[in-house]
Amino acid sequence: MAKFEYAPAPESRAVVTLRPSYGLFIDGQFVEATDGSTFKTINPASEEVLAEVTEAGETDIDNAVRAARKAFDGPWGRLSGAERGKYLFRIARILQERAREFAVLETLDNGKPIKESRDVDIPLAAAHFFYHAGWADKLEHAGLSGGGGQLPKPLGVVGQVIPWNFPLLMLSWKIAPALAAGNTVVLKPSKTTPLSALLFAEVCQQADLPAGVVNIITGTSRTGAYLIRHPGIDKIAFTGSTEVGKDIARSIAGTRKRATLELGGKAANIVFDDAAIDEAVEGIVNGIFFNQGHVCCAGSRLLVQENVADDVVMRLKRRLQTLRVGDPMDKNTDVGAINSAAQLTRIRELSDIGEAEGATRWSAPCVLPDRGFWFATTIFTGVSQSHRIAQEDVFGPVLSVLTFRTPQEAVAKANNTPYGLSAGIWTEKGSRILWMADQLRAGVVWANTFNRFDPTSPFGGYKESGYGREGGRHGLEGYVTTGATR
Amino acid sequence: MGALTNASLTRWLHGLPGVDQVGAEARAAGLGTRSIKTTSKAWAIDTAISMIDLTTLEGADTERKVRSLCAKAMATDPTDPTTPQVAAVCIYADMAAVAVDALKGSAIHVAAVTSAFPSGRATMAVKLTDTRDALRAGAHEIDMVIDRGAFLSGRYLQVFNEIAAIKGVCELESARDTPAHLKVIFETGELVTYDNVRRASWLAMLAGADFIKTSTGKVSPAATLPFTLIMLEAVRDWRVLTGTQVGVKPAGGIRTTKDAMKYLVMVNEVAGEDWLDPAWFRFGASGLLNDLLLQRQKLATGHYSGADYVTID
Repeated sequence: MAKFEYAPAPESRAVVTLRPSYGLFIDGQFVEATDGSTFKTINPASEEVLAEVTEAGETDIDNAVRAARKAFDGPWGRLSGAERGKYLFRIARILQERAREFAVLETLDNGKPIKESRDVDIPLAAAHFFYHAGWADKLEHAGLSGGGGQLPKPLGVVGQVIPWNFPLLMLSWKIAPALAAGNTVVLKPSKTTPLSALLFAEVCQQADLPAGVVNIITGTSRTGAYLIRHPGIDKIAFTGSTEVGKDIARSIAGTRKRATLELGGKAANIVFDDAAIDEAVEGIVNGIFFNQGHVCCAGSRLLVQENVADDVVMRLKRRLQTLRVGDPMDKNTDVGAINSAAQLTRIRELSDIGEAEGATRWSAPCVLPDRGFWFATTIFTGVSQSHRIAQEDVFGPVLSVLTFRTPQEAVAKANNTPYGLSAGIWTEKGSRILWMADQLRAGVVWANTFNRFDPTSPFGGYKESGYGREGGRHGLEGYVTTGATR
Repeated sequence: MGALTNASLTRWLHGLPGVDQVGAEARAAGLGTRSIKTTSKAWAIDTAISMIDLTTLEGADTERKVRSLCAKAMATDPTDPTTPQVAAVCIYADMAAVAVDALKGSAIHVAAVTSAFPSGRATMAVKLTDTRDALRAGAHEIDMVIDRGAFLSGRYLQVFNEIAAIKGVCELESARDTPAHLKVIFETGELVTYDNVRRASWLAMLAGADFIKTSTGKVSPAATLPFTLIMLEAVRDWRVLTGTQVGVKPAGGIRTTKDAMKYLVMVNEVAGEDWLDPAWFRFGASGLLNDLLLQRQKLATGHYSGADYVTID
């Protein structure tokens, strides 16, 4: 037994009031489905049913799109930027005031550690609303005007489909810029994590947001597919898998719809022999084990210079033994539950394939709970570019370790992937950081840090990681037009 | 292999991996968010008490002041005999004899600060005499300061030689059967950068330090979590490399139980549980003890007592 055991330090659930069942949020009201069915959302850490949620049917989606159009043509479309900004500021402040409630709910529904929902997801979500609130009355000065001086105008109704890894944060990345630019939205949260979006609907009511500006329709991938193909929407904003992203791109070909797609990744986290090694190890851990590795920009491929590889791997393994895997509601938990049984199956399958392909598998010793979906933090060494675990997006707490000998080789290997979302560089040489950043085909390049997010900084991918940017001035571009049509 | 020169020592120390300031501070802050409750808090409070070097280092120190502190060291909480004693009493060298006498019969060590504490600005002859005086008076532990001027101007060999010389005195001139333990104080608040603190840690360990210590308590900032992090990483890596374990002592500025918990979490997760022992980790503090005692009473009785229910010595 360890000398210094940390006693359980559970966060209280009392701050959250779960309803037995939830309807859809359409035109400012919670409504029953007209032709939908229901499904259950569970706590992935315990498999406990949290609530029954509505799967929106086609009529419901039609109603939501109609409500959004009415709001766009009506009250919302007539508001000045300054007035829109007030609503966004109000939402941001309510998110801060109800931060603990959102954090607990997010952790219950998603399985991520309360430490992360409390310190990362919810504060960043509020920050996105604050940031975009500031843009609402300054769009004319954002460099978004057309060549002929045409001022930026909203696109109209935006259909938004978001994933389960950062439910409220992805919602804020989508809704805040859309509203700041004057659009209205129909948003579909993921099937496995609908609850924080439904609580956000309450926030919209609390903020007196005009009816129809934000509509939340819960459901499955069918719901998302119907929304995306709906003729009443002007733009699609999607975050999720590359497979679905390609399908969206196909489905909008030949239509007036625009799209921004934020898809998968297989980021290289590149560690040179002159790196600040202890901090690099922290960055590797944060890169792949933050949020159970359910991060599209996760540093899932560690490229380490061969002459320090053994030392780095030794330090990494030692560090992983201090990561605490378990009850996400415990304030000391570092790695929580895998979000769903389906995702756990995929992680297991790809890990088994990694082993079968000849890579060496190591998992930190830990006792996993009996119920719920769990996967121990895992490192594969002896991985080659030709292995599937070096190519495919595992989307779990699994790190592939590869080595390189020269900066040129590091660049070649880092870029040798169909994805291009993010990359990390660890070196004490400033000039090398700049040279590498120039060579890497990735939307975000972190230097001596990883998984840092800020609403002022654009985020998005190259190649199969999607197109368009979210955050910063660049993120606004996806929500405005300077053309005559909309 | 040639003799150790300042050039070769410089090459070696400057070849250590750098420290990324932002990353190191983030790591220290992250460890500070651990939530230590109930049984683990009780264990940590008792452990922290047993790791204290109860300190008085004032120009105004008198024999009675030192005796009073020694009494407190032995009977930390007179109302509860289950309360642990502290590890040592830390005083100036000229008070060592008084402390040795006052602590007679107890297991509490006497730690004396020497070598022209706190500035270190004196000739080597003075530093050695200072240390000998403390040893002859019966000090178990010597807390020496390094010459920060020499370190900052790159005269690493001089710093190395001073540590080695005082280490030699500790081994040869201890009044006891066992050599006195040598703690080497860096004054991190004057070294300022994490790279410097990492280099000073390795330099001191190379020269034979038994313990590395952050500060004198006379310079602000004194001990901080990030400085201690860098030093814990150094002793951890030193043991991997040499098999020898070296202790760490943050000193100055640690006043609350909450602070002490953060340090213990850091020791546990960075150096490892082998260091969770008064033989390998100490707190240089005075006010901290009473806050730990108040929290200990709170855990035992369920309510806070108050400042008048712990003794002031």
